[in-house]
Amino acid sequence: MDNLLSIVTFIPAVAALILLIFLRGDDEAANRNAKWLAMAATTMTFLVSLFILAEFDPNDTGFQFVEEAPWLLGLQYKMGVDGISVLFVMLTTFMMPLVIAASWNVTVRVKEYMIAFLMLETLMLGVFMALDLVLFYLFFEAGLIPMFLIIGIWGGANRIYASFKFFLYTFLGSVLMLVAMVGMFAEAGTTDIEQLLRHQFDFETFSIAGVTIVGGLQTLLFLAFFASFAVKMPMWPVHTWLPDAHVQAPTAGSVVLAAILLKMGGYGFLRFSIPMFPVGAEVLTPLILWMSAIAIVYTSLVALVQEDMKKLIAYSSVAHMGFVTMGIFAANQQGVDGAIFQMISHGFISGALFLCVGVIYDRMHTREIDAYGGLVNRMPAYALIFMLFTMANVGLPGTSGFVGEFLTLMATFQVNTWVAAVATTGVIFSAAYALWLYRRVVMGDLIKESLRSITDMSPRERWIFAPLVAMTLLLGVYPALVLDITGPAVANLVENYETALAAAETATQLASN
Amino acid sequence: MTAADLTLVLPEILLACYAMLMLLVAVYTTKDGLASTLVWMTAGVMIAMAAWIGTTGEGAKSAFNGMLMIDGFARFAKVTILLAAAVVLVMSEGYMKARGLLRFEYPLLVALSAVGMMVMVSAADLMALYMGLELQSLALYVVASLRRDSVKSTEAGLKYFVLGALSSGLLLYGASLVYGYAGTTLFSGIIETAQAGEVSLGLLFGLVFLMAGMAFKVSAVPFHMWTPDVYEGSPTPVTAFFATAPKVAAMALFARVLHDAFGNAVSDWSQIVALLSVLSMFLGAVAAIGQTNIKRLMAFSSIAHMGYALMGLAGGTVLGVQAMLIYMAIYVTMNVGTFAFILMMEKDGQPVTDIGALNMYAKREPGKALAMLVLLFSLAGVPPMLGFFAKFYVLRAAYEAGLAWLAVAGVIASVIGAYYYLRIVFYMYFGDEAEEGVDGGGAPLLSGLLMASAAIMVLGIANMFGVEAAAAAAAAMLVN
Repeated sequence: MDNLLSIVTFIPAVAALILLIFLRGDDEAANRNAKWLAMAATTMTFLVSLFILAEFDPNDTGFQFVEEAPWLLGLQYKMGVDGISVLFVMLTTFMMPLVIAASWNVTVRVKEYMIAFLMLETLMLGVFMALDLVLFYLFFEAGLIPMFLIIGIWGGANRIYASFKFFLYTFLGSVLMLVAMVGMFAEAGTTDIEQLLRHQFDFETFSIAGVTIVGGLQTLLFLAFFASFAVKMPMWPVHTWLPDAHVQAPTAGSVVLAAILLKMGGYGFLRFSIPMFPVGAEVLTPLILWMSAIAIVYTSLVALVQEDMKKLIAYSSVAHMGFVTMGIFAANQQGVDGAIFQMISHGFISGALFLCVGVIYDRMHTREIDAYGGLVNRMPAYALIFMLFTMANVGLPGTSGFVGEFLTLMATFQVNTWVAAVATTGVIFSAAYALWLYRRVVMGDLIKESLRSITDMSPRERWIFAPLVAMTLLLGVYPALVLDITGPAVANLVENYETALAAAETATQLASN
Repeated sequence: MTAADLTLVLPEILLACYAMLMLLVAVYTTKDGLASTLVWMTAGVMIAMAAWIGTTGEGAKSAFNGMLMIDGFARFAKVTILLAAAVVLVMSEGYMKARGLLRFEYPLLVALSAVGMMVMVSAADLMALYMGLELQSLALYVVASLRRDSVKSTEAGLKYFVLGALSSGLLLYGASLVYGYAGTTLFSGIIETAQAGEVSLGLLFGLVFLMAGMAFKVSAVPFHMWTPDVYEGSPTPVTAFFATAPKVAAMALFARVLHDAFGNAVSDWSQIVALLSVLSMFLGAVAAIGQTNIKRLMAFSSIAHMGYALMGLAGGTVLGVQAMLIYMAIYVTMNVGTFAFILMMEKDGQPVTDIGALNMYAKREPGKALAMLVLLFSLAGVPPMLGFFAKFYVLRAAYEAGLAWLAVAGVIASVIGAYYYLRIVFYMYFGDEAEEGVDGGGAPLLSGLLMASAAIMVLGIANMFGVEAAAAAAAAMLVN
């Protein structure tokens, strides 16, 4: 199959188109059909994407399954995956059927809802596969439209504010990246990511309006990309859109946001920032490492005082993404491996945590922590699953959460001991807020009148959690599943990064002599 | 004046003769009873002209001793203008008829202004330029006040006329200075004067006044003041016309003058165009935020869009002109769809222009709401719609011409601008269930145009229907 990647990417879009054109009516039957078609399409996408994984050769550090076709203005339609992106593709296709299953209770505008999620899946998959700058940007930005609608139409009480904030924040971040892309196109004469990875951008220090810019063009390009990815990630201090968006989004929207959309930032750093602008990355690494450490500690503390469960988990996501940026910019094998691992694992864990909130929100229609307590008495199965993911979120050894945190901390320790020391305290804080949340919601006596008749999870809900539980434990005890695939590609990335830095060093010395 | 010259401008002559003839016919016969037929006939004639111009003629030929230049650039602009004018005419018929506005003068005035625009884009001489510009403007002044019994429409017409006259005055003053210092009104002569050495101060002065006059016509800031009032006051189909064809013509004229007459003084005008561009983008983006009238909002939106098109021109490169042409073609397509939508906004048979009235439109008309959604995101420049590619082209042109700061300013303005487009989406999709909004339904023709325009925005990303190559060829002819 030559077009495997395109097929995987566009199955959901085709399903969305079918829904859009052929599904008529607003009755029970039409809604059911919409749900089943979306389910079938996402499941099929997942099954077909397994072929990618099966035929993927981890030891080949180049791009695989590459497809190319010419496009406008010397751009091209080029898709491909390598060891860094293939797992994100799998994460996306794996999560989407669960997301659709989690939306089974939606009753308002079901058809549009399913179309939005299906389009979103296509766009997210495109982001991880695109091998052309503008194609990447296209998928990256277009994803904002369905997400904007998902938050705005199916969101909570304050959804308008959240959707506008989400859109404008991320849009502002990415348009600067667009200018940088135009700049790269002008400098390198191509938008092919494969060629750009080999192109060396100018790093001669210059000054603009009296401000000396160390690392020159590379630093500027790096900053423009950074603006986009840092917002998407999100990194402290530009994370404020995330809690709002998470709280207002419907459960399935939160899951997609936490599990997949946030990973685009990390993926962007690995695909563009580190390999294409090594000098720029080197210049700004200390700043980013400290920003990550602050993010970990600060957002963990903020999480402690939250009264809304989703907000708490959202802040916890920001903290966990701090580990990711820290690992990436430690720029050694453990760091980058750990960052990718952390992103994959966080996809499962945070997705599951938002689903956990969704389960009780569906029953009680509130996310206030104070409204709950003693759920274990009525919902033992829920208590067990929630505990598992709370522990995984804390990073208990044996769950996937541990591996990523440990690897990134170890990597950072080699680069910058102080940052690692500060970040490690974040692990303790995360135990504090996560366990405290668990205690307040699940443990204790069931004294609230409203909770007396709450029911435990339905079989549908249990089945949604089953794959997530399996993956969290499996990756926790056997991380090689991920690391074997990413390993060679990451080794290659790190090696190129160090070579480029060494070459830049030599060039600078030659110039100064 | 020879037969060869006349053959070159045959489309213009034919269109002008057609308009006069029909005017006589209409006056001597049934008057307004013929109006509907005339609208369709005029649109048909324009489309035929567009097809004729688009498929025939190659290379660059000058006519009347260099007064007019018929080249690829002019042909590209003419085809866009004629198609846009024809589509807008077709769009207006139902709306104007329902409101008793459909007079036989309307299609003929539009045709005459199209003749003016065709002369404008071919002008290679300051006299020809002025002639085309005035022919176009005079026809537009009249159609702006077509609704004779409405104070607002009359005001719009008057405002447009007074300010238009002022801008013509500025332009003429600039033209006279240029003539004085260059000794000729021919562009080919002016460019030689500029080539001979440094551009003299007088010539530069003339250039600045010329540019001020033309900035008026494209409604670039700070010469934009008339736009919101005229857009609001004119009947909606007329607004649709203002927002499309005349903008293309004025922008093409701008490019023509800058490159054909002052192509050797790029560094002199580049900064002026860049300034016009950045001011337009920001004012258009910021001022539209507070608007609740969709026609005023579209006026500011068009000001912002002109800013982006000027960004292409600012570099003074082939790529820049190509980017401008592509931008204008895409802009016109988007605006046709958007105005088709605005024409359908009715409540109890009365036109509505308040965007709040779109409350929960998506619930009643999911198909049209989706098409409008696509158009709005396209106007905002969000991928994957064509509007994004339009912006991408001009950004690239600006960056490659060394105007990276302009590109950065442009994208920041586009984020601010995204807000007001999103606000319309907000009313259509997230509004309050309880409140009432505009009626559903609407003429099938308008729905069709809306859908077609949205479909082009999405499907066009595959290959842009060949516009890219045509624009490239046209731009290469203009810039040597």
